[in-house]
Amino acid sequence: MSEYITLSMILFTIGAVGVLVRRNAIIVFMCVELMLNATNLAFVSFSRQHGNLDGQLAAFFVMVVAAAEVVIGLAIIISIYRTRRTTSVDDASLLKS
Amino acid sequence: MLDLQWLLIAIPLASGALLLVWGKESDRFGHLIGTAASAASFVLGVVLFVTLMGEGADDRSHAVSLFTWIDAGTFHVEMSFVYDQLSALFVLLITGVGTLIHVYSIGYMAHDERRRRFFAFLNLFVAAMLTLVLAGDYLVLFLGWEGVGLASYLLIGFWQHKPSAAAAAKKAFVVNRVGDIGMALAIMLMFAQFGTSAIAAVNAAAPGATDTVTTSLGLLLLLGACGKSAQVPLQSWLLDAMEGPTPVSALIHAATMVTAGVYLVVRSNAIFDASEVARTAVIIVGLVTLLAGAWIGCAKDDIKKALAGSTMSQIGYMMLAAGLGPAGYAFAVFHLITHGFFKANMFLGAGSVMHGMDDDVDMRHYGGLRTMMPVTFATFGLGYLAIIGVPPFAGFWSKDKIIEAAFGQNLWVGLGALLGAGVTAFYMTRLMIMTFLSEKRWREDVHPHESPRVMTWPLIGLAALSAVGGVLLLGDWIVEWLEPVVGHAEHHELAVPAIVLTLIITAVVAVGVVAAVAFYRREPIAGETPADDSVSLFARAGRHELYGNELNDALVVRPTTHLTRLLVWFDGKGIDGFVTGTADRLGDTSQLLRKPQTGYVRSYALMMFAGVAIVVLCLLAVTLA
Repeated sequence: MSEYITLSMILFTIGAVGVLVRRNAIIVFMCVELMLNATNLAFVSFSRQHGNLDGQLAAFFVMVVAAAEVVIGLAIIISIYRTRRTTSVDDASLLKS
Repeated sequence: MLDLQWLLIAIPLASGALLLVWGKESDRFGHLIGTAASAASFVLGVVLFVTLMGEGADDRSHAVSLFTWIDAGTFHVEMSFVYDQLSALFVLLITGVGTLIHVYSIGYMAHDERRRRFFAFLNLFVAAMLTLVLAGDYLVLFLGWEGVGLASYLLIGFWQHKPSAAAAAKKAFVVNRVGDIGMALAIMLMFAQFGTSAIAAVNAAAPGATDTVTTSLGLLLLLGACGKSAQVPLQSWLLDAMEGPTPVSALIHAATMVTAGVYLVVRSNAIFDASEVARTAVIIVGLVTLLAGAWIGCAKDDIKKALAGSTMSQIGYMMLAAGLGPAGYAFAVFHLITHGFFKANMFLGAGSVMHGMDDDVDMRHYGGLRTMMPVTFATFGLGYLAIIGVPPFAGFWSKDKIIEAAFGQNLWVGLGALLGAGVTAFYMTRLMIMTFLSEKRWREDVHPHESPRVMTWPLIGLAALSAVGGVLLLGDWIVEWLEPVVGHAEHHELAVPAIVLTLIITAVVAVGVVAAVAFYRREPIAGETPADDSVSLFARAGRHELYGNELNDALVVRPTTHLTRLLVWFDGKGIDGFVTGTADRLGDTSQLLRKPQTGYVRSYALMMFAGVAIVVLCLLAVTLA
């Protein structure tokens, strides 16, 4: 059982590090997805371990929300790309004076 | 008939207001309206006076209340006026001398483009002064008191383009405020003690009041009187006030307004009768001022300032007389009236001289004017004889009586007053010699000439009054006339007969004249004022007005300035420092908080992770513990 959890932790860490160090918005986005799926894995594992369906239910919720989030996130990225010709997250810092 | 007394005030007040609001087209005839208003007041004053004389001696006091001025709870003030023996004399003096000075001003101010405004202010002054002397309530009196202060301020600073005139006006105003505090406090005290500020009621209640109350009332009123009448220690504004046009000096700063303090003391006689201390204070103030003014008059080369010193000194005589109690009140008023005649006469004469000398006021540049200005010389000469007290001119009778009364009070007070008479003779003779006699010392481009008739006729009128003003004393008329107002005086027998004292006074006056002649005829008078270090200490002190300004500076102005600086510093560094300091610290903190806001999504994400990590660690710590 702990192997699944370990894998989940590794995946989550990879995703988190990716979010923190990468500049390309697409990559960052993918890393976010990676973190979500690492979480899903953890949910399912715990669900199995405890023998009830709460964890699986949560995983489904996460998937639905993630799908919605992907749609909106990609739309933002594309519109930024259209106006600024870049997908670097560091370039989108216009609110800072 | 006597209920028409309010018209005395209303006429000049309306005229003054009219002249101020009427436009430029009234420039041509505005001065005539102003003069006519003053003359109308005078005519009415004479009619009222004759009516009053027709009344029985016991009901010559006519009170009239126009309306309720203030009615708040127990505080009740009527806009009331009282026309009695005392105010009747003042009304005649103010409107009579005032009208002559209005006429004179037509000529004196002929070339001033703001002449209409000048007459408006003169009318305003006459109205305020009449309010002061007719008031039946101390608060109404205060209204007139402040009104004459305002008119005085406006007229001293009439030539406001001169910084010295503007400064002198401000000084007069500020010094008068000090005195006014005394007046205001006195009125408050009256209300607190007697529940009213009506003059008749206060005078009726004063004899029954405690010593503390009457003494404080007397001293507070004296403070007010000192401010208005330029008595020591509030004398410093009067000499500077000579910056105003000369008719103003004659009307306000010689004949009428500056005597308001004396009027106040005489009017409040019941208060002063009840307090020995206050009376003594009045005597001391009067005596000190009469000597100080005479001293200053001896040393000044500016003809108007020499006369102003003399005014101080003569008002000192009046104060002294007023401080003597019932024995002196009538003589104070008598001297006030004769002084109004001869001093207005001499001020207008000085104005006439200045008119012919291109507005030069330095007597060192005069000399030998008697042939060039015969009328001015003759009228001024009569004023001169009156002020030094040569019999039978007006000043002789009034001053003689005051000195006699002073000897009746105290030997030293009498001697001081006697000395003052000698010094008066000295400085007035000096002024006469330097101006009209002696050799001529004019500047090259000056062509002295006699003034126009519109100016000389008032001079002649006032000179005549200076000569015959003494008739008021005929058969002790003025003493008996004022007795119902100021009370009866027991006659003190002096150690020497009155006639001997009169002879002594006249001898002292003669000594003063002879000394001045000996001093100023001995050698030609210098054309320029000698330097300070070449004259005696005595003359130097007089020239610097006995260092009164320096004293004020050291005692009041400089400490106040330092205190203000300290307060400004405290305000800037302390209060402002606290407020701006707080804001600055908040700003600095914000700057610190601003640092993490880099604008990079990654750094925000890192912070979020860090935050989550911390929360998780805390949860773990709590759970495991």
